[in-house]
Amino acid sequence: MSRQEVVKSNSHMVQKEMITRNYDRITGGTAKVSSTFVPGNLNELLMCFDIANNLPEINAIQNAMRKKSGEMIAEAERSGHSEDVCTYVKADIGMMAKGNIAPNGKPFPDPDVLLLSYTGCFTFMKWFELLREQYKCPTVMLHVPYAADGLPTKNMRDYIVKQLKEDVIPVLEKVSGVKFDIDRLREYLRKSAIAENDLVWMLESSKRRPSPVDCYFGGVYYMGPIFTAFRGTDECIEYYRLLRAEIEERIAKGLCAQSPDGDMPEENYRLVVEGPPNWTSFRDFWRMFSEAGAVVVASSYTKVGGVYDYDGFRHDPGHPLESLADYCLGVYTNRNLPTRVDMLARNLVEYEADGLLINSIKSCNSFSAGQLVMMREIEKITGKPGAFIETDLVDPRYFSAANVKNRLESYFQMIDQKRRAGGSAAAAGA
Amino acid sequence: MSPRPVGEIVAACEEIFEDLSFAKAREWKAAVPGRKVIGYMPVYVPREIVHAAGMLPLGILGGGADMEVIHGDAFYQSYICRIPRSTIEMAINGKLDFVDGMMFPSICDVIRNLSGIWKLLFKEKYVRYFDAPQNFREEVGGVFYANEMRELRDGLAKLGGREVTDDDIRRSIAVYNENRRWVNRVYDFRADFPWKAPSAEVYLLMRAGMVLPPEEHTLLMREYLAAAEAANRAMRDNCRVVLTGTFCEQPPLNLIKSLEMSGCYIVDDDLMLVSRWLLEDVPTEGDPIGNLSRAFLLHSAETAAKYEPDIARKGSYLIDSVRKRKADGVIFAAPSFCDPALLDKPMIISRIEPLGIPYIHIQYAENSSQMQPIREQSGTFADTIKLWSAS
Repeated sequence: MSRQEVVKSNSHMVQKEMITRNYDRITGGTAKVSSTFVPGNLNELLMCFDIANNLPEINAIQNAMRKKSGEMIAEAERSGHSEDVCTYVKADIGMMAKGNIAPNGKPFPDPDVLLLSYTGCFTFMKWFELLREQYKCPTVMLHVPYAADGLPTKNMRDYIVKQLKEDVIPVLEKVSGVKFDIDRLREYLRKSAIAENDLVWMLESSKRRPSPVDCYFGGVYYMGPIFTAFRGTDECIEYYRLLRAEIEERIAKGLCAQSPDGDMPEENYRLVVEGPPNWTSFRDFWRMFSEAGAVVVASSYTKVGGVYDYDGFRHDPGHPLESLADYCLGVYTNRNLPTRVDMLARNLVEYEADGLLINSIKSCNSFSAGQLVMMREIEKITGKPGAFIETDLVDPRYFSAANVKNRLESYFQMIDQKRRAGGSAAAAGA
Repeated sequence: MSPRPVGEIVAACEEIFEDLSFAKAREWKAAVPGRKVIGYMPVYVPREIVHAAGMLPLGILGGGADMEVIHGDAFYQSYICRIPRSTIEMAINGKLDFVDGMMFPSICDVIRNLSGIWKLLFKEKYVRYFDAPQNFREEVGGVFYANEMRELRDGLAKLGGREVTDDDIRRSIAVYNENRRWVNRVYDFRADFPWKAPSAEVYLLMRAGMVLPPEEHTLLMREYLAAAEAANRAMRDNCRVVLTGTFCEQPPLNLIKSLEMSGCYIVDDDLMLVSRWLLEDVPTEGDPIGNLSRAFLLHSAETAAKYEPDIARKGSYLIDSVRKRKADGVIFAAPSFCDPALLDKPMIISRIEPLGIPYIHIQYAENSSQMQPIREQSGTFADTIKLWSAS
């Protein structure tokens, strides 16, 4: 098999078809379109108004994986944007300047509404102000306060619910011409919760040895439907059922996680990873792990859209608006650093990982600022070694394959040494 | 006692500015047993509540140009701005050991996460991330904000061991109203007579206000204005500029001096925004927290850290400032890696460009030392403006 050829599972193919269908809907000219963000998105609410969900971060990722983001970022910088700022934003601005072509080859329509629901990232606010300059369409703000003390407060929840009732819903009604029906929302939320149960089962399946899934590189695919335009749909439920059946089959066969080149022959290292992946060299990056037999058993990135496993959150049809508020508040990067430390430390222990790897992203302060302290705290709590690499989201200038590989190899050696010294009992027992 | 000359007042302010051990604030705390000091970072926190709790609000604005950052660099990657690393450095070196609590306003993701680092490193300290609403409707954002202020009040009351009453807050509102009036008078005076109130001096005067109790700072500003008015200083042939984007990590003092030396009078700026955040007096009658909330929602500064719901009003603060201060141009100055300022800039430029307002952009860090390129850039800018004006 060629190294360029990627092994795709059935669920992978199904998801690809779902995403293509969503892009066709967005570019089809029949549905109203909202641009909004992934973390804590209000997909079920948008569905209540028959509005299609377009996610600029996903477009930036798609362009990065197709090696197109570099020229888009350069275009944005030529138009006056700084080298220093978020590259998702610049990839989006550059994409607009280059004709705004969707991954299906058709031009994106101008959005009918910008739903500025920013959770866990302050930069999102500036991003949509910039898009508003271009599109001059209605822009509705849902301000989600930062859960700085670890838990959402009643004041925060009430504030979000009030914004939903008094600002967001009226604007969506006006844009769409559809009257809000709370029972319709309840039904979508009921379906969300079903899919979320299977998502959590998938995440927790990596507690097994060998892990049947990779919860970072593979996790990026597994989380696709739930964090984008499908949460609350029957097809989302079906997707996670299918994924679960596939994983159950892998478990029954005793297979290791999949890699870009097929099933990993053996599982040598079990890692927890903090931070988003690099998208411009995604497969090369993944292979650096899989060729060493390193599987990621848990990652914070699979919680970037919302956290379901840490404290058992599920969308609740009994309390629809409050449930949306809790979902927004609970997004991983909307939780304070002590909570993030606790979450990762628990992952290290419960998933019997060998260590924590942090991929620090140059253009994502929301994730990156504070990661060095987090690493030290987690090492202190768990006694397991941490390591730090630096890349970027979608700017190819900031991915140095040699440096990353070198650091990873050193890290794996460090884990080996720790094992020999008896410092990583879990791994030694593997 | 005869009034101090302006140089003496400025020298005293400079001493406060350079003292990273915060001797003045330590003295204030030591003067009465049980006193507490609450640090806050830029851009805006309701200092009135802290003051009402009998505590000293202390502005923490980074380590400045001269502080060597050793430990702080182990906390932050190279692509993160400098203010959090120098702030951590100060905390680790014990320079903030007398500070009983820290407030982190909602500016950006870096400052937000710094609040978490504080929680991890200084577990015994009071830490409050202070979220301000981005929804400016009284019954929505206003209710949220008032409740946040009540939580702050109650937290400080617990820390201080005494109730913070509405009357306490009303009195503090009056103190800060008075302080703000004098801040505005200094700014107005500088705009009218920039040769008599150089920006480096005004900056030092405002920085002193981050350390001194507001009552003392007000007296200092009164004294400075009288002395500056009396001083005989020569007017230069400088152009008049508004400096914008400097609301958080502070530029080195030398940068401000360099801009002036190169031929630019800074007639308005967004340095020390906390002192000028509220644009009108806060009423001292009625519900004080409601009054503070309404002041924030309806009469507060526009900055990159705030959402502007009305696209037509985007950048209006800068245009108003250029007009009010009769400025010839704008200098956009942002700290490196500052998402809010750097992402806001293209939008603001698109508003001032059609009006023919000249501008330049510079980038800095609080420890930038090479001023020659900045001086050349701003000098060329000033010359160009003068040439245009003459034509």
